[in-house]
Amino acid sequence: MLNVGQIEEGFVFDHIKAGTSLDIYYKLGLDKKDCTVALIMNAKSEKMGKKDILKVEIDINSLNLDVLGFIDHNITVNVVHNGDIIEKKPLELPKQIVNVIKCKNPRCITSIEQELPHIFVLTDPDREIYRCKYCEEKADHRF
Amino acid sequence: MRHLMSPLDMSVSELERLFNLANDIEKNMQDYSEVCKGKKLATCFYEPSTRTRLSFEAAMLNLGGSVIGFSEASSSSAAKGESVSDTIRVISCYADICAMRHPKEGAPMVAASRSLIPVINAGDGGHQHPTQTLTDLLTIRSLNGTLNNFTIGLCGDLKFGRTVHSLIRALLRYTGIKFIFISPEELKVPDYITQELDDRNIEYKEVIKLDDVMPDLDILYMTRVQKERFFNEEDYIRLKDFYILTKEKMELAKENMLVLHPLPRVNEISVEVDDDKRAAYFRQAQYGVYVRMALIMTLLGLAPDVLDKEA
Repeated sequence: MLNVGQIEEGFVFDHIKAGTSLDIYYKLGLDKKDCTVALIMNAKSEKMGKKDILKVEIDINSLNLDVLGFIDHNITVNVVHNGDIIEKKPLELPKQIVNVIKCKNPRCITSIEQELPHIFVLTDPDREIYRCKYCEEKADHRF
Repeated sequence: MRHLMSPLDMSVSELERLFNLANDIEKNMQDYSEVCKGKKLATCFYEPSTRTRLSFEAAMLNLGGSVIGFSEASSSSAAKGESVSDTIRVISCYADICAMRHPKEGAPMVAASRSLIPVINAGDGGHQHPTQTLTDLLTIRSLNGTLNNFTIGLCGDLKFGRTVHSLIRALLRYTGIKFIFISPEELKVPDYITQELDDRNIEYKEVIKLDDVMPDLDILYMTRVQKERFFNEEDYIRLKDFYILTKEKMELAKENMLVLHPLPRVNEISVEVDDDKRAAYFRQAQYGVYVRMALIMTLLGLAPDVLDKEA
């Protein structure tokens, strides 16, 4: 059993697909926040074989978790307060995501307009399809 | 403030009002000659499209308004690198309504989000061309009598043709419509459209030869099959005649079938078909002006209530 020390306030993201936690670190914008982060990669998992874990010491109201729902809603989100897990937060598909992925359609206005946010909207929740708000190009990857 | 980005931006009942107004314009054109007096339409065309631009300009002039604008990006500040957001903020100071054509998909939506005046998408790349769809719907409604219960054949390039995709999605809101898609294998209607038809249990079939389905059609919507869309020359030569509408093919059709085409036509409809009373594509261009007149009035809040007028 790997032990990286407890956090007092923040999140433990478990069951992350092995090898992808560094991307999640950036997608959550943790590189821009002043917080302690433990990144565990390729840990053994009964359920998944191998998995990543991300521990973040941060104010629990300061992180937007929508992006995780978009990337992989099977990630377990443990919310930690005063050293205890107070909630296992279910992840839902966000209705829209902003500046998480870029539109790859070369004909899209996002390819030339200055400082235009890349916005993808959930258009088909059953098939988990997101489309660019501007040109309706399908997001071809989740992660 | 209302904009028009996609034909689905308007509800079916809003479209009914719009089409009633367009039909009233058709009958009583002179009553509308001063409705937009003192108003200016800006036609911001970042790529050339003579037909659409002139149709918008004719519509505004018919309403007594005036027109300013540019017809290609090189003669606008876009050539100096100005963003769409900045351009529309400036245009908002000069005009009362804007029709925008742009090669980049979603550009009119960006403009609408920053604009102080209504913006009409006059075509954005391969994405949307809502006023063409409104034109198609008005033509069908006016000449067929209804937008429900008919069989429509869409023929030609169904893969890349934005007018076709847009029309199909707009027709999904009406009832009793059967779709027949007539195209070569390479240019079939995209999966996401057939998926939507399957999800809604809407009847459709896909065929390769136009002749086989001519007797079934109430409306035939023709589009151009471009040679460069084919993978090889051999297939093009083998298939191209399947998609050329001739007098002989018209003999197979119902007596009251309508032939539509978004134009420009190249050779996919023989000129000899033009004299057939079922050929409706030039009347369709006329309806394009009526529907744009109705749209400009509606978005400017100047549309009279046609029902009141009839009473």
